[in-house]
Amino acid sequence: MKVERKCKVIAREWLTRDAMSMTLDVGDMVRTSDVRPGQFVHIKCGEGLLLRRPVSVCEWTGSETGDTLTIVFEVKGEGTGWLSRRPVGHTVDVLGLLGNGFDAEGGPYLLVGGGIGVPPMLGCAGASGGTSTAILGFRSKDKAILLDRFAEDCADCLVATDDGSLGYHGFVDALVRQELEKKHHYQAVLACGPKPMLKSVAKVAAGFDVPCQVSMEERMGCGVGACLVCAAPMRDGTVKHVCKDGPVFNAKEVDWDA
Amino acid sequence: MPDVNMSVELAGVTLKNPVVVASGTFGFGREYSRFYDLGELGGICAKGLTLHPRTGNPAPRIAETPMGILNSVGLENPGVDAFIREELPFLRQFDTKVIANISGNTPEEYGIMCEKLSAAGVDMIEVNISCPNVKAGGLAYGTRPELAAEVTEEAKKHASGVPVMVKLSPNVTDITEIARAVEGAGADALSLINTIRGMRIDVNTRRPVLKMNTGGLSGPAVLPVAVRMVWEVSQAVSLPILGMGGVSRGEDGAQLMLAGASAVAVGTALFADPFAPLRVRDGLAGIAAKQGLAAVSELTGGVRPW
Repeated sequence: MKVERKCKVIAREWLTRDAMSMTLDVGDMVRTSDVRPGQFVHIKCGEGLLLRRPVSVCEWTGSETGDTLTIVFEVKGEGTGWLSRRPVGHTVDVLGLLGNGFDAEGGPYLLVGGGIGVPPMLGCAGASGGTSTAILGFRSKDKAILLDRFAEDCADCLVATDDGSLGYHGFVDALVRQELEKKHHYQAVLACGPKPMLKSVAKVAAGFDVPCQVSMEERMGCGVGACLVCAAPMRDGTVKHVCKDGPVFNAKEVDWDA
Repeated sequence: MPDVNMSVELAGVTLKNPVVVASGTFGFGREYSRFYDLGELGGICAKGLTLHPRTGNPAPRIAETPMGILNSVGLENPGVDAFIREELPFLRQFDTKVIANISGNTPEEYGIMCEKLSAAGVDMIEVNISCPNVKAGGLAYGTRPELAAEVTEEAKKHASGVPVMVKLSPNVTDITEIARAVEGAGADALSLINTIRGMRIDVNTRRPVLKMNTGGLSGPAVLPVAVRMVWEVSQAVSLPILGMGGVSRGEDGAQLMLAGASAVAVGTALFADPFAPLRVRDGLAGIAAKQGLAAVSELTGGVRPW
């Protein structure tokens, strides 16, 4: 299977002041992979930077005329800044698809996304055929992304902001608790976001005895499992690696106190 | 491909080309075997092993710096026995030289590992006396000539004739002093340089980016240091040298060879470009051809200092 390819930018759009949605022509990547939401691509961002930037897959299509992959990323520094300046028609060097994604077939699932952890949950919404509920958290209203898309692809979509400028004033775990108290049909909670959010969501899910899958983030090197920098300590004392063993893990396996 | 003989000798071992992948950047080869036949490589320095399994240091373990990266993995590895059982048979499938890399807490541990590895059948043993990311052993052995010599002797004694290559630290005042001590203790080859100790601080949080605060610097930023040290060491000892530190193109490798290296290792460059070792190999072939050399090995030690 081909892992490295040059992919053409076919569409790009600013979702907020610093979050960009970019669609790439990825050849036959989707058709030749067992694509799952939560997987990522590792993108070379210019010649000067020594490390690629991992970006989660948001949506994808597969067809004879060329597969497409949509990624959503936040401009945080030099690398993502470079990527955000690639015009339509330019190519970028992509490794992918990498990592293990969410198990999001069937459903309904309770999808929980925080900040730039929101986009991969859209793929989960699609995979679960519109039956899932999304709970999306942002710092403030102006950081909110993809709300209309989740409204289309989910049975329900709840929003929380840290400052109360949109939806519930507070963190997503309070909404997760409310939802799990009200409804008992969720097969699992699937979550992607900052580690403190994942930890509290995992705790709520465990309290209701609902399975929980979390997509973890860690600084990466190679992206394929060779350099061992993206360590994720597990409860059994072993260390797994976010790029190869994850980024999605069973929340029960993760050592949340490490 | 121009008609240049690409094979080189390193401590009596013939490498089909002078490009090896550096320990700690290539795992045990499985991941990069998805990209190309590992038989394209001159050799593989496998991920550093210890006598017992290690889980390594807490994350973040990596930080990007100007033309470099810092790492603080801390020798995470499954232990020498698991390597022999589960990884070595995989590596052995490929037509390339397998170089095991070992770190010990005591000279005896180096000896035990050499015994196990030589019995299991590796082409060479790289003795790491220079890991900046572990407290015991590691760097302590690499910064004191008498300890470096003791570890080398112990390794040689138990390696049953498998060539022993000692990996030197750049974190010393005079690297030639350590090189001479290791040569005197019977080493068959030297590899240099390991990473240079460094640190990066996030000015907003005022926290070091690495959880261990400091780590080892690699990448193009260290290439000139590596070239200088290989040059100094090659004049101080008569052992063959595996040169490494920031190699990402043929020209980088050629610099190290001209400075005195018989072969070169590619590491950090792999992270941006999994094919980097092959590009370095082809770049070296191109340089040798352009200079009218019959063999790439003619580059070794060919620098014309002022």
